[in-house]
Amino acid sequence: MAELDDPHREPGGVEVLPEHEEARAAGEAVVREPTGFVEIVTGRGWRETVLVPTLAVFTALLVGALIIAFTEPGSLAAWGRAGRDPLGALAASARAVGAAYRALLTGALGDPGRYAEAVRSRDPAEIARALGPLSETFVVATPLILTGLAVALPFRAGLFNIGGEGQLTAGAILAAAAGFSLTSLPGPLLLAAVVAAGAVGGGLWGSIPGLLKARTGAHEVITTIMLNFVAAFLALFFLSTEFFRRPDRTDPISKPIEAAFPHLLGGSLRLHAGLLLALAAAAAVAWLLNRTTIGFEFQAVGANPDAARAAGMSPSRTYVAIMALAGALAGLAGANQLASVTPSLTPGFSSGFGFDGITLALLGRARPVGVVLAALLFGALRAGSRSMQAATQTPVDIIVVIQALVVLFIAAPAIVRGIYRIGARPARAAGGPA
Amino acid sequence: MRLELRGITKRFPGVVANAGVDLTVEEGEIHALLGENGAGKTTLMNILYGLYRADEGEILIDGSPVRFEGPGDAIAAGLGMVHQHFMLIPVFTVTENIVLGHEPTRGRVGFLDRRRARRKVEELSARFRLEVPPDAVVEELPVGVQQRVEILKALYREARIVILDEPTAVLTPQETEELFAVLRSLKASGRSIIFITHKLKEVLAIADRITVLRRGRVVGTTTPAETGEEELAAMMVGRAVQLVVDKPPAEPAGPVLEVRDLVVRDDREQVAVDGVSLEVRAGEIVCVAGVQGNGQTELVEAVTGLRPVAAGTVRILGRDATRAGPRAVLRSGVGHVPEDRQRDGLIATFTIADNLVLNTYDLPPYARWIVRDEEAVVAAAEERVRAFDIRTPSVRLPVSTLSGGNQQKVIVAREFSRPIRVLVASQPTRGLDVGSIEYIHRRIVAARQGGVAVLIVSSELDEVLALADRVAVMYRGRIVDVLPAVRASRDLVGLLMAGARPGAEAAAGG
Repeated sequence: MAELDDPHREPGGVEVLPEHEEARAAGEAVVREPTGFVEIVTGRGWRETVLVPTLAVFTALLVGALIIAFTEPGSLAAWGRAGRDPLGALAASARAVGAAYRALLTGALGDPGRYAEAVRSRDPAEIARALGPLSETFVVATPLILTGLAVALPFRAGLFNIGGEGQLTAGAILAAAAGFSLTSLPGPLLLAAVVAAGAVGGGLWGSIPGLLKARTGAHEVITTIMLNFVAAFLALFFLSTEFFRRPDRTDPISKPIEAAFPHLLGGSLRLHAGLLLALAAAAAVAWLLNRTTIGFEFQAVGANPDAARAAGMSPSRTYVAIMALAGALAGLAGANQLASVTPSLTPGFSSGFGFDGITLALLGRARPVGVVLAALLFGALRAGSRSMQAATQTPVDIIVVIQALVVLFIAAPAIVRGIYRIGARPARAAGGPA
Repeated sequence: MRLELRGITKRFPGVVANAGVDLTVEEGEIHALLGENGAGKTTLMNILYGLYRADEGEILIDGSPVRFEGPGDAIAAGLGMVHQHFMLIPVFTVTENIVLGHEPTRGRVGFLDRRRARRKVEELSARFRLEVPPDAVVEELPVGVQQRVEILKALYREARIVILDEPTAVLTPQETEELFAVLRSLKASGRSIIFITHKLKEVLAIADRITVLRRGRVVGTTTPAETGEEELAAMMVGRAVQLVVDKPPAEPAGPVLEVRDLVVRDDREQVAVDGVSLEVRAGEIVCVAGVQGNGQTELVEAVTGLRPVAAGTVRILGRDATRAGPRAVLRSGVGHVPEDRQRDGLIATFTIADNLVLNTYDLPPYARWIVRDEEAVVAAAEERVRAFDIRTPSVRLPVSTLSGGNQQKVIVAREFSRPIRVLVASQPTRGLDVGSIEYIHRRIVAARQGGVAVLIVSSELDEVLALADRVAVMYRGRIVDVLPAVRASRDLVGLLMAGARPGAEAAAGG
């Protein structure tokens, strides 16, 4: 252990840079700030990977509660009388927030009372009704898992894929074409063709920014954003063609595709096998990243492209491969939607799943498990927000605000660390060498 | 100004970085602080500069105790520090960098007085013979000049004691000479200098007194007149060190690496390698000597497939490798120790184990088809950590937790554990301590004894003279001469490196 008395190195592998020595000498503990893009996105240690995201969501929900308290009419009226009755105003706010969030929760996970009743009645229809909200949560989460992976995977190789939206659309165009034209195929084969077409379409679309980066150095952030627009207008163009257009309609909508994922819990619940596909994709991405030579190359290129190249890897090939894979994942999300809840391609088909993927990848710390958990959370918020609006008139848009706040708190972890005073790991707690 | 440190002790969790260190620096003295990487030199200086607080001990200036709460106090007390990694703003001019933080202003609002700033810089520059272009942007200056800017910054803040942390690590031999001249003129003006280094020759050349640190303790204080390289090395390392590599005479076989009329362009499309022909035979060490930036980097990159060849050919083991990519070159039996280990040699966030297989990760036993075998990687890593004496508690730690010397050993271990026939190593011991240098040199000689053709690029003359069987001197993209080891004297190689053609004697050897 002759090397350990270097002040830049703390036992336990925590590196302290000279610029932090001043703060440290003043008694503050400073952990080396991550410097690389990949390091920042993925985070290190349980504080950054678990605690900060959890607190970010919690804080966003708190801010959301404040917004509800000051916008809900009843609560607002009570605040108008706050001079005379401050406790009443507080109580009204608490009631408004409580009602909204309770509706959100039961809308996402189901009503416990209903579950109990359904179990007692032993009526399958009752049970299905009780499970309805949970089923909706999973249905919304399914495409989110896929687009979240489409952003998380490139993150690990140092690429920022903002093109999930376009890749999803490109995948959906091809998947739709397969779904309404290959109708001579038997059901399961047609479904497989739709899924494959979605992956291929998205993959091809994703490989364009990969190729542009590899060949010309064009930054993927710019090219993927631009290709989102191209894909959207391409969809519009295809929807104007004889081949795509539904003959009995004047608005741009495609012929319905004739394949659908089988429902998992009977016909009355929308929960479908697409969820299994998404979970399998997450497992496959995790395996690829952590267990294979391809994942090793991806991460090597992401962490240090110069060293990767000197060691014989090809960063340009990696860029193309990773963007094609990411595109394929987003394309799968498009196929998933076609084969389940929205069987026709329309101009607004994607409804922002591609962009949500960025939030999810950030919240999930670019890890497949994290993405799945984040997607389930947002699926729950989305599904629950509809019941919330119906029950309490709290607009569903509050969910968009919460989602935005989550991104803010994740992207600027210093805020969360500051609020909860957890930022730095005390140097003393670093412990001795393993 | 006389500085005294008494009984300085600094503990980090689990480690004592400084244990009761006493150090006295007299006015007008160049005091060298010598020690291996991790001996506690930097910690001691950070305490002195107010960056750390000592757990025990005191600092006295001219006999009275002082307390530094931060660098601001240290600067006010007349201390100046030139860090190993310069603290300059690359896009600012020399003048702006020097006055930064203490800018001359005019008017009540405090407008920046650029003219006065520039005049002060010119004044200082002339007084200490530190030539700098006051209006040049710092990032466009060579490192030697950037260092002068750092020194001027300290002088501008009226430093009486200037601390230089490994100042020569980034300098060419000429720049080092120029720095020494500057240090002597500072000394003549009554200023004191603390010179932190691990290079023995420099210490003996410039220091008035030498204090050696080992494992946080003062091993001894001596003067250049009383000691020599051997003794200093032994003090630093704690055992006798062999400074000269034991090397049986070369018995070269056939050529393995053949470079013919090679032309390579640099990033700015300028010709960097201009018609170089060179041949390395099995069982010999050829060193390319030269001041940095004379095309050596581009030559190595072209040979290892990292940079396209504009003209000429490269043959490895008799096969054409002119257009081969890095992987093809590596797999054809070439080991590569890159010049910049942080940038090209290692992935800092990856574990030691993964870095040890960075170019063999996809081959058995480390992978079957595309599935990696983590256990095989770790098992191999543990074996190599033992075999190459890499000091770490676990191979699963990020490689960034290792010291520079151990990081370099990781690269050497990785390359030497593959079946290689050619070794291309750039600056293989730059920034390393004596112990690590000795170790890596021994390994390179052992490889040569095993029949490997070794090509070394180094700007350290000592290294070139210690290792080479033949010395190829590179100047402005050309090889000006190839000397057999017996004729490669320090003076002759130094002259050739500087671009001189020392008459018929050299011509006969070329």
